[in-house]
Amino acid sequence: MVDIIVCVKRVPDTSEAEVIIKDDKRAIKDADLTFDINEWDNYAIEEAILKKEALGGKVTVIGVGGEEVNEVLRRCLAKGADEAIRLTDPAFDGSDGYAIAKILSAAIKDLQYDFVFTGAQAGDDSYGVTGQMLAEILGIPHATMVTKVDINNGTARIRRELEGGLEEVDEINKPAVFCIQTGLNEPRYVSIMGIRKVSKKEIPVKAAADIGISADEVGEVGSMVKLEEFSIPPAGELAEMIEGTPDEAAGKLAAILKEKGAF
Amino acid sequence: MDFELTDEQKEIKKAAREFAEGEFTDIAMECDREEKFPRDVWKKACKLGFIGAYLPEEYGGGGLGLLDSLIIAEEFFRVDPGVGMIMATTFGSEFIFLLGKEEQKQKYLPPLITGETICAAAFTEPDAGSDVQGIQTTAVKDGDEWVLNGTKMFITNGTIADWMIVLAKSHPDAKKDAQRFTTFIVDCKSPGFSAEKIHGKMGIRASDTAEIVLSDVRVPKENIVGLPKMGFYNVMQFFDVTRIGVGAQAVGLAQGALEMAVKHAKERKVFGRPLIYNQGIQFKLAEMATRVEAARNLVYKAAALVDAMKPDAAMTSMAKWYAGETAVYVADESLQVHGGYGYIDEYPIERFYRSAKVLEIYEGSKEIEKMIIGRTIGGKY
Repeated sequence: MVDIIVCVKRVPDTSEAEVIIKDDKRAIKDADLTFDINEWDNYAIEEAILKKEALGGKVTVIGVGGEEVNEVLRRCLAKGADEAIRLTDPAFDGSDGYAIAKILSAAIKDLQYDFVFTGAQAGDDSYGVTGQMLAEILGIPHATMVTKVDINNGTARIRRELEGGLEEVDEINKPAVFCIQTGLNEPRYVSIMGIRKVSKKEIPVKAAADIGISADEVGEVGSMVKLEEFSIPPAGELAEMIEGTPDEAAGKLAAILKEKGAF
Repeated sequence: MDFELTDEQKEIKKAAREFAEGEFTDIAMECDREEKFPRDVWKKACKLGFIGAYLPEEYGGGGLGLLDSLIIAEEFFRVDPGVGMIMATTFGSEFIFLLGKEEQKQKYLPPLITGETICAAAFTEPDAGSDVQGIQTTAVKDGDEWVLNGTKMFITNGTIADWMIVLAKSHPDAKKDAQRFTTFIVDCKSPGFSAEKIHGKMGIRASDTAEIVLSDVRVPKENIVGLPKMGFYNVMQFFDVTRIGVGAQAVGLAQGALEMAVKHAKERKVFGRPLIYNQGIQFKLAEMATRVEAARNLVYKAAALVDAMKPDAAMTSMAKWYAGETAVYVADESLQVHGGYGYIDEYPIERFYRSAKVLEIYEGSKEIEKMIIGRTIGGKY
């Protein structure tokens, strides 16, 4: 049996969209963007459900934000998570990764769990810190960039992805936080049966007071990083378009690579 | 009045879209070229509950409303009309759901949903399509059996089906012309049953189409669906529901073609700036988007009426005709936006263009739809 909590975030899909920065430069216009579960979290929830299916136990999914976050939580429930909790409070607005970690830890500390999975990073702000900070605040070990998880009698044997093609294998006792890297499994599709099964399920909502955290610990005042502005880098001044027939283009490309010392 | 999909419908839409984008894209061109039914993807779709989702949970279905299940068809067609036809592997099951006896429901419906069987519906003949009462296939009673003889044409799933609903002339002497027909469930393994695949379709080539020959095919009397002599009425009632499905296919195809046009217009540069900066192109896209939205609203309304147990034949026909025409229009305009690139198979728009036309033809040509609408608003002249 293994009880796993998965922290998920709803993020805009900016991969093919035209990103427009708002006038105050501190946000992007998101009215025309489509939103979905953070890609890394999608692998984290899949890994948690796979572990539950293999070992028994329970998967609880937690998200921070307004009612729109329910769509992401419902998606996790439809795939096989057992419970969902949404943490929401006006005081949470403007939280950085540290403040979000404080909010999550306040909710998680009272729950029964063996492991907490988070995505290794979020596709929108790419901070990549929430999981580690969450572990520190909970006072439990963590591992980042996790590409494999095996759980045996409360001990996890995990693989981590390092730079330069290196891999590391660690043994970590429960409880622990794992920041999940993409690609460690193949996230399943949502089934109609799954959607139907959870259609009537209520998602409990908890505010700051419910999880025992005060307003000055969260939001902008409780954050350590203050977002100043977004900007879009100037378009490709260094890009060189190689033209000509495929043969000519390949020749020119090879010459450039040789000149820059690639061979 | 609320024009928003429910949260559950939005989830269904997203689930269907993700599945189609994940599974259809890579095989669509091959299935089209080789006229190949995508058996593996069909099986996967069954496993996830997309096929036969409208059927009640007691038969293994999703228990969805008609509108909910049409959202799946729409999303499938948005990604690829040919592969999207896996939705039609239950075409004919509506007969049993609407008119069948409980034993028939228990026997025939669950295996369709689990991906063990495929069904079909055979009305059209070489000399009778929209003119349903002009069919020549006969059914003659012989003891506890009926003996069927005749030829059926353009039958979707003809060579891959396990059973099909067949309309035959069973009571040629009945006083009223419309009361001369009965609908039967025919096992495709029956002696005397043969199916030959029709090659060379213009579009939806991943979908199987066949000519069926019935030569002294013996059918037990338990296989009559609904009442004897009521076959023609059964077929009309069936089409009142299933035609909305064609409307949903059309909305999906049109939406997919529109999205391709927008994408291409943003990427393609002419005279030093993206194509979409030109008002002529913007107007095209605006007209396409408006018609897609109008078609969608007609289809959703017709389906919502069925879900509210108030099916409306004229509304169904309006949805089917207008959505089909919209698909043809939008595919044409989208290909125009693509220019030369749209005319080669490197881009999927040519497949959409070829596939759109059938939506104005099958399950009631647009002329028949207009006849139905005309009679409703003007009476019979």
